[in-house]
Amino acid sequence: MKVNVDETKCQGHSRCYIIAPEIFEVDDYGYSHSKFTDDLPKDLEEKAKLACENCPEFAIEISE
Amino acid sequence: MTTKLGPVKDWENDFDVLDYSYLNNPFEIWDKLRDRCPIAHTDRRGSNWLPTTYDDVTKIAHDFMTFSSTQVLVIPFMETARQDMENINPEVLGYGAPPITADPPLQTWTRRLILPWFSHKKVAEYEPLTQSICDNLIDKIIGRQFVDGAVDYAQQIPVRVISHILGVPEEMTDTFTTWVRDFLEFADNSENRFNSIRDIVIYLMTVIDQRKKLISQGENLDDIISFLIKEQKTNSEINDAIVLGMSILLLIAGIDTTWSAIGSALWHLGSNREDLVMLKNQPEIMDTAIEELLRAYSPVTMARVVTKDTDYNGCPMKQGDKVLMNFPAANRDPLVFENPQVVNLRRKINRHIAFGSGIHRCGGANLARMELKVAIRTFIDRLPDFKVDESKPVMWAGGQVRGPRVLPLAFLD
Ligand code: HEM
Ligand code: SF4
Repeated sequence: MKVNVDETKCQGHSRCYIIAPEIFEVDDYGYSHSKFTDDLPKDLEEKAKLACENCPEFAIEISE
Repeated sequence: MTTKLGPVKDWENDFDVLDYSYLNNPFEIWDKLRDRCPIAHTDRRGSNWLPTTYDDVTKIAHDFMTFSSTQVLVIPFMETARQDMENINPEVLGYGAPPITADPPLQTWTRRLILPWFSHKKVAEYEPLTQSICDNLIDKIIGRQFVDGAVDYAQQIPVRVISHILGVPEEMTDTFTTWVRDFLEFADNSENRFNSIRDIVIYLMTVIDQRKKLISQGENLDDIISFLIKEQKTNSEINDAIVLGMSILLLIAGIDTTWSAIGSALWHLGSNREDLVMLKNQPEIMDTAIEELLRAYSPVTMARVVTKDTDYNGCPMKQGDKVLMNFPAANRDPLVFENPQVVNLRRKINRHIAFGSGIHRCGGANLARMELKVAIRTFIDRLPDFKVDESKPVMWAGGQVRGPRVLPLAFLD
């Protein structure tokens, strides 16, 4: 599973970072980036989905 | 002068966000509107539209070309006050209080200037201070049988934190609280409202002048207002009116909003013993609990002004009409939230927009969350179990910012 933050949509609500700091990092302006360009470790997949379902800007993309 | 418009009989065509029933229980009104007339209208205080679904509120928030932020006040400013204001500072009105009253491009760069002051890293630095503010307040409350959760606690916290960030003395906190209430909460009293914003402008103009002098004398000041002044050296776009407008916003934006959120959270916990006990015994649910309380009791409604005649979802919106961005009602939309009327402190899926949606997303969200967490945690850890004292009335404020202003609590042991 891959996870990506669409930077044209992210407005820095930080919900993803609060849920999954292992996956996301936010810059000084609050915008989020995924730390993983390749596949996520299996044990983080649930958290990635949860972050995606809580993002108010629908900015988190998950692909299999 | 206070305007009197009479109780609302027709919520679809003549709503009033200052109506007594709306202040006390807007939730049922939104539910009915969402089913029958999802965008209500009124001609009270100008032509205003009130969307109640998540879909409409987020779409309108993202279309900042059609729906401009140049008029964000839910209760409009009197025209006469506008002229009086020009006599004090003719420039401030041209820029308002960016980024909140601005559209891009002004909004974009003024917002970028202040965001780093509210990053997670920066907010962590304000946490010990917030903790000591809460502890000092509890020291005064502990042992008392009756406490006003709003006046004795919630109201006291955010104003002290923001005073620190702005670098202004703590003695000013009561004055700030009065100003903010007169400006946003008692907005229907146009005389008091004008006086409050005039006093804020005059006070901040003095503060800015003093800091400019100190900075030019080589003084090393590290508050946010001084930061804006120093940035003026390298960025000529930041004129004096913008520094003033941004300072006004920073003073106002975080006070009654956060105090309302803390107050509503205490009201909920004092009315639902199971939730109080659960949060006390399972501190690990704090993160979802905070998001859920923000969703269910979202404090903030902001306005937009329509920039060109638009037919939005069958509503004939005219240029100059206002749309009230009903983030609180959107957060109770059953199409997006499962059982939205149930407050579930463990809610897993919660895409709430209490901090707004789109480019104006609350700049102080991380700070507000930290204050909420510390305030609630400290209250439930240090005091015995409490409940809302039903023998006394709770008083709610609303309109632009909803939350309890009087919250009588009684302790159980
Ligand atoms: C629970 C407390 C708070 C809530 C619910 C809240 C809510 C909001 C909302 C809904 C907006 C968007 C306004 C719009 O779309 O027009 C906003 C903007 C803003 N808030 Fe907050 N706020 C809170 C606390 C704070 C705090 C503590 C600060 C710190 C100073 C702050 C600073 C700001 C700023 C600077 C903006 C303007 C952002 C922009 O226009 O780009 N807020 N807030
Ligand atoms: S929750 Fe969404 S909008 Fe917020 S920081 Fe994460 S990706 Fe960005």
